[in-house]
Amino acid sequence: MNIRISLSVNGESCELLVPVHKTLLEVLREDLDLIGTKHGCELGECGTCTVLVDGAPVLSCIALPADLQEREITTVEGMADGARLHPLQQAFAELGAAQCGYCTPGILLTAKALLADDPAPTRQRIREALAGNLCRCTGYTKILDAVELAGLRMHSPRPINARPSGRGAKPQGVAPEVSLSESALRRRPDGKYE
Amino acid sequence: MTKRFNVVGQPLPKIDAWGKVTGDTRYTDDLVLPRMAFGKLLRSPHAHARIRAIDTTRARAVPGVYAVITGADLPRVKFGILPVSQDEEALCTEKVRMVGDAVGAVAAVDEETADRACRLIDVDYEPLPALMSIQESLAHPEVRIHEYGDGPNVHKNVALQFGDVEAAFAAADLVREDVFFYEGNTHLPMEQHAAVAHATADGKLTLWSSTQTPHYVHRLLAKILDMPAAHIRVIAAPVGGGFGGKLDPFAHEIAACRLSQLIGRPVKIACTREEVFYIHRGRHPVLMWIKTGFTRAGDITGCHLKTWLDGGAYGSYGVASTFYTGVINPVTYKMPVYKFEGARIFTNKPPCGPKRGHGTPQPRFALEVQLDKAAEQLGLDPADMRRRILVEPFTKTANHLTVTTIGLGECIDKVVEASGWRDKASRYRAAAEVETPKPLWQPRRRRGVGIACSSYMTGAGTAIYWNSMPHSGVVLRADRSGGVTVLCGATDIGQGSDSILAYLVAEVLGLDPKDVHVHPADTSLTPVDLGSYSSRVTLMCGQAAIQAAERLRAVIFKAVAAKLEVDAAALAARERKVGLPDDWDKAVDFARAVELAEAMHGVLAFAGSYAPPKRAGKYKGGGVGPSPCYSYSACVVELSVDEDTGEVELHDVWIAHDIGRALNPLLVEGQVEGSVYMGIGEAVMEAQVFRKNVHKAPSMLEYKSPTTLETPEIHTMLVETDDPEGPFGAKEAGQGPLLPVMPAIANAIYQAVGVRVDEIPITAEKVLKGLELKRQGKTARVGPDRVPLFTFKQPLVVESAFGAPAEAIAVRPFADGPS
Repeated sequence: MNIRISLSVNGESCELLVPVHKTLLEVLREDLDLIGTKHGCELGECGTCTVLVDGAPVLSCIALPADLQEREITTVEGMADGARLHPLQQAFAELGAAQCGYCTPGILLTAKALLADDPAPTRQRIREALAGNLCRCTGYTKILDAVELAGLRMHSPRPINARPSGRGAKPQGVAPEVSLSESALRRRPDGKYE
Repeated sequence: MTKRFNVVGQPLPKIDAWGKVTGDTRYTDDLVLPRMAFGKLLRSPHAHARIRAIDTTRARAVPGVYAVITGADLPRVKFGILPVSQDEEALCTEKVRMVGDAVGAVAAVDEETADRACRLIDVDYEPLPALMSIQESLAHPEVRIHEYGDGPNVHKNVALQFGDVEAAFAAADLVREDVFFYEGNTHLPMEQHAAVAHATADGKLTLWSSTQTPHYVHRLLAKILDMPAAHIRVIAAPVGGGFGGKLDPFAHEIAACRLSQLIGRPVKIACTREEVFYIHRGRHPVLMWIKTGFTRAGDITGCHLKTWLDGGAYGSYGVASTFYTGVINPVTYKMPVYKFEGARIFTNKPPCGPKRGHGTPQPRFALEVQLDKAAEQLGLDPADMRRRILVEPFTKTANHLTVTTIGLGECIDKVVEASGWRDKASRYRAAAEVETPKPLWQPRRRRGVGIACSSYMTGAGTAIYWNSMPHSGVVLRADRSGGVTVLCGATDIGQGSDSILAYLVAEVLGLDPKDVHVHPADTSLTPVDLGSYSSRVTLMCGQAAIQAAERLRAVIFKAVAAKLEVDAAALAARERKVGLPDDWDKAVDFARAVELAEAMHGVLAFAGSYAPPKRAGKYKGGGVGPSPCYSYSACVVELSVDEDTGEVELHDVWIAHDIGRALNPLLVEGQVEGSVYMGIGEAVMEAQVFRKNVHKAPSMLEYKSPTTLETPEIHTMLVETDDPEGPFGAKEAGQGPLLPVMPAIANAIYQAVGVRVDEIPITAEKVLKGLELKRQGKTARVGPDRVPLFTFKQPLVVESAFGAPAEAIAVRPFADGPS
């Protein structure tokens, strides 16, 4: 049975006629071409398909669009402000927090919700917030580092450079302007990053 | 380290990072073609059964179904990734050998229709006895899973001996015999396998697939579909995690191709998560018996290892896996005499194959835990004991492998220092002896630290099919815009191979990596690279890329030298310019230099080729194990064990890795951290196990893998040894650092509570069982205590090459000569 629904996704509204049992994940990917949302299990277990509904993380593989009318849905495609990347996206790219990149959209959105709720989360708080998002590549280290860095950048009055943790140092210093394809990471003569 | 670099060594973002953080990257299941149909496979519910008949009438009658195929619709050829194990069918015709074997496929207007139609394919099975373990398969030779191999249900039986082990044991002060078991586990990539096939009216076929090895898939598709390879194009889309799980040709790829040929539309088949658990090809369950002789000072006099691998239903990479459970062990410590016997047994379970570390984590666990036990008996510090028995650089091992640089000593020093090993080891050891009374409601936790080391190859020295061609090729084209295009068959599975190509070419040509366009993994466009396995890509593609870039640079320098009227040998390329370092103001822009060179030379396209040095031992089986160079890792784990529940909590992991040279330290750290994480999963929770012939946990919730909460802080340290075999000195990073994690955890648990769990995974139940044994005053050990009655082959006895000097500079094919 098909059902007519209206959804608001990334600030754009759309009218759709879809089977009533079609999941939000399927509608996003198949009807709206928003292929940035990935699937890892389609059983609500891995967090890969996470999107935001009114700012809160929701597993799109077990959400029904019919329930989400009048709500604001955000996918990874809605994170950047035009061509300007969200600080989380910037930090994930700079620090190598995306390896195969398949879990990345879900993690970015979960982290976005966390930073909206807690601008300066502790590392443990970040761990707890991301505990429902599996990643098989990174060992989570660079992901935690990137969320910390993005949080600092979003709430600091001055630009902040990246510095990989694991070296006992928190990100600090002054960053040059960062373009889409350049890193703010620089290596000092003593071999450390700044 | 006197070499100066501009790009190499910089913590740059990966060139594909931007697409991955914006959702732009197109993985295979993201591809949509006009008129595309959707496919589904029907898989066997039986672990072992004869197929009496298949009737597709009801399935074909479903509205929206375009085609239904069975094995009868494919050429009757068996295939397999290794030439010696051609034992698979995409759609089984006579027999199914595991739950999950594919028997039919449907293409339909959508996935739901295809799924519904699949269920209407009627298969008449005659169930056969299912053999679900090594012991069962050996106990029932009358039930044959395959008709080939080295005996009933024995896929492979190997035995190699280097020197006189009995004499080595007689000369030892301490001889230990231990038995270990390492349970199988699976890759669990976040992306499920998918394939899109498009057969066109001109008789050609294109396959996009989430594969780590488009070249092997290309070769095998030609055989399986009985069509010219020249008419097939295989493209590896960006892969959402591989870890070895996407290295074989698979039923869904072949069915998609055949269905597309039949219906004249593109066909996509995307596997479900449950299917991926059954596709498997993951870590072999291995039972091990290891006997090692030690002197009082801790030197190894000799080692004898026996391994039994539970191979599952098909060959896959199993012959190589069998060798790998034996041949890499002598690369780490001085082991003057070595004997290895191994057997791979067929069972009615999903086939095992290569998973990160391919065949080596299991014996590494056995060896490193045994070393720990020996150190305790000898009264030696386990870190110091390892430190003094390291293999000498530029020497050969007992089994004729050539070790070049080895930075393991420095790795051990670094983790010992950073972890506070000396203080903690003695403090925790002393505390473990003291019974501290605590009220019942307070958790009784004890801390421990454990150490282990490892080594891994940087690329297999031989291809999986015998040939004398390059293992990696690069074609480089310079554009008048000043951009450079790299064509290379390498497959980026997240490890960053596309980026490495860009960095190396940019380094040689004095460009920014952004100026380099990388086109990977397309059999119609790119020179062959064998695939993303055996940690071979950075070294082999890297060397090919450097060679191609140097050839391009030579032509550009010649043209610029003519223009500036200077000696070409004095020119340098950097900052997108070419000129004399002493007269940089006159340097010409790279784009201009390309124009000058194109005017002089014609179109600027140059090739680079790489094949490893031919250093295989001159004995049968000597082809498995050689590598251009070996990476080394040392690891210290700190954890605590709850004495009431047996629960293990990991606190910190310190790991130092001999990377040769970090081409991009961020990427190397990422590989090391990911390896450590995956090792932790294997060590304490992951298990691919079966109950009543089906997978016990074929979902991401039930198959436990570490989340952010179970993954401790990982402290990575890199050691650079500048290996002469590596591109700018680099070795591998993607697999080696996984290996020491499991034994380091086992050793730390022993130090914390005095319990030896000689079996992976080390679950809370097993630790608790050990604690219970300890309380009863019994030997606090949990693990296997017997091995099967099994006759290994008469060993091939070869003289030990231990300690022989390695050739100073290895002769490498394609190193020189015209492009």
